[in-house]
Amino acid sequence: MSTIILFTIISLSAIGAIAAIILYFAAQKFKVFEDPRIDQVEENLPAANCGGCGYPGCRGFAEALVKSDDISDLYCPVGGNDTMSKVAEILGKAVEAKDPLVAVIRCSGSPEHRKKVNSYDGASTCVIVSGLYSGETACQYGCHGLGDCVEVCDFEAIYMDKETELPVVIDDACTACGACVKACPNDIIELRKKNKKDRKIFVSCVNMDKGGIAKKACDVACIGCKACVKVCAYDAIVVENFLAYIDPVKCKLCRKCVEVCPTNSILEINFPPRKVKPAQPVGEAEAKETPARSTGEKENDNNIINQEG
Amino acid sequence: MLKTFPKGGVHPAEGKYSANNAIETLPLPKTVSIPIAQHIGAPSKPVVDKGDKVKVGDKIAESAGFVSANIHSSVSGTVVKIDNVMDSTGYKRPCVIIDVEGDEWNESIDRSTDLKKEISLTDKEIINKINESGIVGLGGATFPSHVKLSVPDGKKIDVLIINGVECEPYLTSDHRLMLEKAEEMLIGIQILMKALNVNVALIGVENNKPDAISNLQNIVKDYPGIEVHALKVQYPQGGEKQLIKALINREVPSGGLPLDVGAVVHNVGTALAVYEAVQKNKPLFERVVTLTGKSVKKPSNFMVRIGTPVSNLVEAAGGLPEDTGKIINGGPMMGKAVNSLEIPVVKGTSGILIMPAELSKRKKESNCIRCAKCVSVCPQGLEPYLLNKLALLEKNDKLEAGGVMDCIECGSCSYTCPAGLPLLDYIRLGKSRVSQIIRSRKQ
Amino acid sequence: MSKITISPSPHVYEDTTVKRLMFDVVIAMLPVLAISIYFFGMGAIIVTLTAVVSCLAFEWLIQKYMLKQEPSITDGSALVTGILLAFNVPTNLPIWIIIVGSLVAIGVGKMSFGGLGNNPFNPALVGRVFLLISFPVQMTSWPVPTGFSNSYTDAVTGATPLGVMKEGIGAGESVSAIMDKIPSHMEMFYGHMGGSMGEIAAVALLLGFVYLLIRKVITWHIPISIIATITIFTGILWMINPESNADPLFHLLTGGVLLGAIFMATDYVTSPMSVKGIWIYGVGIGLITVLIRVFGAYPEGVSFAILIMNAFVPLINMYIKPKRFGEVRND
Ligand code: SF4
Ligand code: SF4
Repeated sequence: MSTIILFTIISLSAIGAIAAIILYFAAQKFKVFEDPRIDQVEENLPAANCGGCGYPGCRGFAEALVKSDDISDLYCPVGGNDTMSKVAEILGKAVEAKDPLVAVIRCSGSPEHRKKVNSYDGASTCVIVSGLYSGETACQYGCHGLGDCVEVCDFEAIYMDKETELPVVIDDACTACGACVKACPNDIIELRKKNKKDRKIFVSCVNMDKGGIAKKACDVACIGCKACVKVCAYDAIVVENFLAYIDPVKCKLCRKCVEVCPTNSILEINFPPRKVKPAQPVGEAEAKETPARSTGEKENDNNIINQEG
Repeated sequence: MLKTFPKGGVHPAEGKYSANNAIETLPLPKTVSIPIAQHIGAPSKPVVDKGDKVKVGDKIAESAGFVSANIHSSVSGTVVKIDNVMDSTGYKRPCVIIDVEGDEWNESIDRSTDLKKEISLTDKEIINKINESGIVGLGGATFPSHVKLSVPDGKKIDVLIINGVECEPYLTSDHRLMLEKAEEMLIGIQILMKALNVNVALIGVENNKPDAISNLQNIVKDYPGIEVHALKVQYPQGGEKQLIKALINREVPSGGLPLDVGAVVHNVGTALAVYEAVQKNKPLFERVVTLTGKSVKKPSNFMVRIGTPVSNLVEAAGGLPEDTGKIINGGPMMGKAVNSLEIPVVKGTSGILIMPAELSKRKKESNCIRCAKCVSVCPQGLEPYLLNKLALLEKNDKLEAGGVMDCIECGSCSYTCPAGLPLLDYIRLGKSRVSQIIRSRKQ
Repeated sequence: MSKITISPSPHVYEDTTVKRLMFDVVIAMLPVLAISIYFFGMGAIIVTLTAVVSCLAFEWLIQKYMLKQEPSITDGSALVTGILLAFNVPTNLPIWIIIVGSLVAIGVGKMSFGGLGNNPFNPALVGRVFLLISFPVQMTSWPVPTGFSNSYTDAVTGATPLGVMKEGIGAGESVSAIMDKIPSHMEMFYGHMGGSMGEIAAVALLLGFVYLLIRKVITWHIPISIIATITIFTGILWMINPESNADPLFHLLTGGVLLGAIFMATDYVTSPMSVKGIWIYGVGIGLITVLIRVFGAYPEGVSFAILIMNAFVPLINMYIKPKRFGEVRND
């Protein structure tokens, strides 16, 4: 018995050793020369292999960086400006700093606001629904709620809220790689400029139906009334196809538009509560002041209140 | 032995409740919404405006290219507006909406019922007439018929195949046509034969319609060159490629068209429409629609004007059953579930199937058990379980190599899978991704 | 009207479900079980119950506590594995060995690969082969079929006809002399011989086969390709020298050929997807079985043959594709 075991061990190790030698020589023989800078650059990339740069994996991007003379169009959204400047240093090429971006979900059609009119029973992905029909609600533009965006996110920066059946982006985790933007068949997700304290003002709707139809399908749809356009002092808002869009660069986060929107389509996120009118007792004011649907307030908002109020 | 295609296929319960009910003419609706995109190809361009008066048979939208089709008014009345209306695609799309006033037909249409046998037009004229009349494949594919008749140089067609298979369960509109309008249909087939310059036309009918087969066989004696063939009851016998294989044993090459093997396939309904267009100058503005379902009070076959809301048919068939769970435009295998009863009947609507709630839900999904049932039923010889997995993983190159573009979306694989996997859902997705890639590669 | 449902086509489904298929397999195995109980008595009942209960229990425990997924024991696949495992062991096997076998079958053979549908090897066979290698003595002492009075613990044991044949030929005896020592073909046909619990009665196995065919649970290809290969191969050997090779019928009726061909090689998960592939697989199993039986050290080779061919299934699936419609241009 023991001899058998001995034989087994010996022969297996022999096979292993021979294979290792063959592999070693093969590796030597087929080694190709590669620019050592590619490795160097790759080391400085985040190794997320998310494809956010438009190349398959970080190595592909590193190669592109090394090979192209002008790298100002290449950008790693995950590593951001820090990574890019390091890369530029290694390669001795110039890069421009870019505004960091973050994904925002431009739909607020939770079941409470957007009634379901039929029920979908099929493969559970948004692309299949959108290929089939306009979706479970009367709004053919809104979120289908099956989480294709969640599925593609490599950074666990997006999840489905069970109650609203809408995706939620975790700002700190989002690298703006754009995978979710590509995955969403309804083009609901947009990469917008990241502001101080993660503050955001945007039209959370992509419905291009006429006001009446949009409103009937969803309480919080943009009806294209242009009230926001009128109050905006910075020309940041345009209405096209009955849908308002706020330019993230022009917008100065003044919040005027939020107040005038009759359907509460414009969201303000991570802002402190508005100034309290002195006549009102504090407790009551707080209840009233919270804007109708501002979401995602952070804990540190309390600090802001202390500082400012 | 009955003829059939060699590989795969399934046999779903037939449920042809309306097979013995003669075609009834549905009363005119109050308004019609006529979509400007009812066919494969470019949507037509409307040529009427708000406020215009139209008569039955007037052209209201013009073909916008070679692969496109004219659209004619199905009623007389006033154009109210051109607006987006939910149609059978599941999306709101532009429709010409007409308020019905009376029933005044365009004078050039011959409304008599006499049979007109001799064909006076030449082949070119026939094709023009068919194009002019907005005829598309009425089996459901809605491919413009004149395109199929315009054989490119270098291709030789030697046989016309007429699809009277109606392999979709429940639907009976073609069946009724073959019983009630057989003579007109056969003249229509002769016209098609003339347009194609062929001497042989084969009509394939599934063997579950013995009355239609014997009826056709009786009349066909007077029409030289036309033969009627009974085919085995096996879904998808009516698939173009399967039908050609069954009838003349030629295999349309992967990625090819029937004309690559010298055949052209038209539906029986199309043949009738061709007769009416060429002999009676009547454009395509009405068609037979089966309204059926297990709980429907009066399963029927209606002659319906295009643009009539489906709800009118439902009313005429005894109202929407209490237990309705799903409304399908077309048959249960390839039809499309719709989300409203207000969608208009279009040229491709061969039937409306109302499924009771208990039959509307899918089977519960579980892991693929690799039983190979999907492989054995796929009439195209594909491996659905594999395509499904590849589509899930977005392995587009492997999908293409696996022949995903050959899938005819017959649904046999999903139908049969014991694990209840939505195979065709994902295969369809993979197909659309791959076709995009192929298109971008061509550019 | 409640909300209508929208789904992609098709909208109708065949009523076959995984559960129905599995329970059909169970039904098809009942005649075999009945005959085993008839010949081996209590032992058959105890072994089957132990194997079934422990397979179900292990599946449930592993899914619930290790994989933290919804237990799916109701789909019947663990039940099938349990019965098959019982069929593949002698009826006097101690309970604890059976439990170990079940653990290996479900835990290693099935769950470690991701559960039903992902396992490359037939779980019951993994369990059986593991037991055969670990407990060769217990696994090869077969009780003599004495009827229902057969007790579980101290049954009289004897060799299987295959074992007798192998030993006899090895010792230079002629086949006809050996034949006198073992049951006649007729006795073998209805199961009066020693052996693993489920492999003895050809008649019951064939009954199950017919049932599976009628219910369209399996197609005839796999069993027939295996049986045909074995018949032809052993037939050739037998014709060359009938005195040192047993006849084909002997090979078919003894050991696990029928059990393997009908119930184990046909396992969906571990058999090829295309008809062409199935032929390769079936012929492979047949050849390997005969090679092991005639030239190998073990008297029986069906389990090994199936496991070996299981290993080739992914390869077969990769390279042997069904013929696609329109693949050959016929211009
Ligand atoms: S029919 Fe379903 S379970 Fe069977 S192999 Fe195909 S996908 Fe898998
Ligand atoms: S893969 Fe396509 S052609 Fe094959 S059965 Fe499925 S739907 Fe039909």
